[in-house]
Amino acid sequence: MSVPQYRKAAAVALVAGLGLSLTACSTKSDDKGSTAGGKVTITVDCQPVGAQKELLKNWNDDVAEFQKQNPDITIKSVSVGEQCNNPPDFTARLAGGTVTDVFYGYMTDLQQVLDSGQAMDISQQVNKDAIATWDSVDPALKEVFTDGGKLYAVPVKNYSMGLVYNKALFQQAGLDVNNPPKTWAEVRAAAKKISALGNGIAGYSEYSAGNTGGWHFTSLLYSQGGKVLTEDGKKADFNNAQGKQVLQNLKDMRYGDNSMGARQLLQWGDLLTNAGAGKVGMFIGAPDATQAIVSQFQGKFQDWAMAPLPGQDGAAKGTLGGGEGYFFKKDLTPEQVKAGLKWIAYQKLTPGKGQFDYARAKPQNYPVGLPQPLLFANGSDAQKQELELRKANANVDTANFALFEATPVPIKGEPRNAQAVYAVLDAAMSGVLTNPNSNIDALLKTAEEKVNQLLAAES
Amino acid sequence: MAITTVPETPRKPGRPPSPYSARPQRTSLGRKVRDNLSGHAFLIGAVLCFVVFSWYPMVRGIIMSFQRTRRGETTWVGWDNYSRIIADPSFWTAWQNTFYFTVLALALGYVVPFFVAILLNEFRHAKGYLRILVYLPVMLPPASALFLFKFYAYDPSEAGLFNAILKALHLPTSQWMQSPEMTMPAMVLASTWMNMGGAVLIYLASLQNIPGELYEAAELDGAGIWRRIVHVTIPQTRLILALLAMLQIVATMQLFIEPLILANGAGAEDSATSVAYLIYQHGFFQNDLNGAAALGVIMLVVLAGFSAVYVRLTAKQD
Repeated sequence: MSVPQYRKAAAVALVAGLGLSLTACSTKSDDKGSTAGGKVTITVDCQPVGAQKELLKNWNDDVAEFQKQNPDITIKSVSVGEQCNNPPDFTARLAGGTVTDVFYGYMTDLQQVLDSGQAMDISQQVNKDAIATWDSVDPALKEVFTDGGKLYAVPVKNYSMGLVYNKALFQQAGLDVNNPPKTWAEVRAAAKKISALGNGIAGYSEYSAGNTGGWHFTSLLYSQGGKVLTEDGKKADFNNAQGKQVLQNLKDMRYGDNSMGARQLLQWGDLLTNAGAGKVGMFIGAPDATQAIVSQFQGKFQDWAMAPLPGQDGAAKGTLGGGEGYFFKKDLTPEQVKAGLKWIAYQKLTPGKGQFDYARAKPQNYPVGLPQPLLFANGSDAQKQELELRKANANVDTANFALFEATPVPIKGEPRNAQAVYAVLDAAMSGVLTNPNSNIDALLKTAEEKVNQLLAAES
Repeated sequence: MAITTVPETPRKPGRPPSPYSARPQRTSLGRKVRDNLSGHAFLIGAVLCFVVFSWYPMVRGIIMSFQRTRRGETTWVGWDNYSRIIADPSFWTAWQNTFYFTVLALALGYVVPFFVAILLNEFRHAKGYLRILVYLPVMLPPASALFLFKFYAYDPSEAGLFNAILKALHLPTSQWMQSPEMTMPAMVLASTWMNMGGAVLIYLASLQNIPGELYEAAELDGAGIWRRIVHVTIPQTRLILALLAMLQIVATMQLFIEPLILANGAGAEDSATSVAYLIYQHGFFQNDLNGAAALGVIMLVVLAGFSAVYVRLTAKQD
């Protein structure tokens, strides 16, 4: 072959290769032959990652057992990272239409999922026949995933915030581990004593970046009896005495007592890393924060306990609640929806199976005995069964969570357009935590104006 | 010398010869393509890559900036996304921060590499090692380099490297990224350290093209080092200086990874929010891809202005 012929052949091969690559890129992985031959295939996300060895094994065992019981269903598991819903990834998957057939989302994601047009209405398919425990699932949780009377997801986990505290540091600081702070004044006093231990320990730690500052501001505001938006959701409603009190409490601890540590602008992983290293006395969080501290940040279960969220002068007037569920991708066949519901019923909503297989989790480095999730309504058969199993297999000292469990605080949901509002409120939180001369009135006024502008633009 | 006779192209019978037959014959498009088939085929790869990964997303972004997607339905909304994004309370803060960073980066990140290059050019020994040393930070992944700064250098306690140095010199320590006033200078410092290696190498190459006689003549005229820089080095490298200034402006205005890592996003009281970070916030956290697209287009227009200057300068160089 002459040189020009070689060049031509190479060029043709190059073009053919590129063409094939592009064709491969445009091929969708979820073929519509997924119900062919009487066999149904569904893809499901949130499979634990390789680093979560025990959780991954549990998931894979569940898939194997489920498929054995349902030979006509094939579950294709997809891992989307340790945090099943990392907002940028989740947004990209929604926008690109690459979510799995049955996909995980937070309760606050409903609007985004609906806007993307990726979810289907499953109101008609979800009932007691599809999920045996459906009638026992807390109606308030179903409501969160309902829009215009239509159900779009099945709730599988819920949480509410309380005061998480390090018992070991409490003891070292001479505080009573069985009598944790009930008010913000008591939190301040305890934080001062804990930070006096030195060694870079923060008595109380708080978020102020990556939208987590606004998220926690919301919970702190609820504890004061305040709310982020007006009832109609059209105006900001935090520039008032309650909002000021939230920021004043933090400023007093940060600069009045110097009890919040030098490092600020913390977000989720930063605070929990410090907590795992034994450098945080108290913070607000859900019970599963202790699980993250242990499984991801090398902490110890026996060090951590929980109390209800403190209030200003007595019990907290409210706390922030949230949770997660599974959506169903639009255009699934009725058989696929049925198979997906069957899988969720098996892995997420059956006492003794999947996430509630406490006997299996007991010997693992995975907590059994935490007071949440509380998916089933109070007094329902499913709840009784689940709580009995939880108690019988507890591998954490349930006494550490007894106070939190025994003193329920009214749970409030997240505000409309939560992430945008949280982004604005981050600035107010970072203001009082990084600037000793911060003007709380000005910070709240600015945040109020910004949120009002956001809401006006949205409407 | 052998003479090759080109056979005359047969004409259709009965057709009179063209009065323009003396002019070279125009080659048909098909023949042109055939003659350069392999060249065109090789070109297709690059063109496809540009179309798929650069031009299509850009056009799609512009289209999206005039649309709104709600409940899976996409509608045309005219300039609504633009007015909405401009009304965003963080819009002007982000532009202000971005311009501030750009100006600081020009003052520090542009001038320092030039003088480092002059210094390196003066060394007689270990030139290669010193160049590697200067270029080394460029080889570090930006995220790793910034985490080094975040946890090692900018720690606001006295354990932080910079605070330890300041303390040793009996100077007041800083809160670095936790101080709204220090956020931008700290980001520029980290960014300059990370990126100056490339600029230094370009300046060095340019400096080595300056004829040595010019410096000798200047020295004979009694010019000191400063006058040699002002009257020889700068005029001789002015084109490269201008080009790098333009490139630096375009690059620094796309400030993103520094706030994301060093300031965990917006920073203390929004002091680190850049335009690119605001696009990210709208697109990936606020369920507002259309607003993000509109902001992206606004940024594109601003950067296109600077790029136009760059293109003109490049043309001049050519």
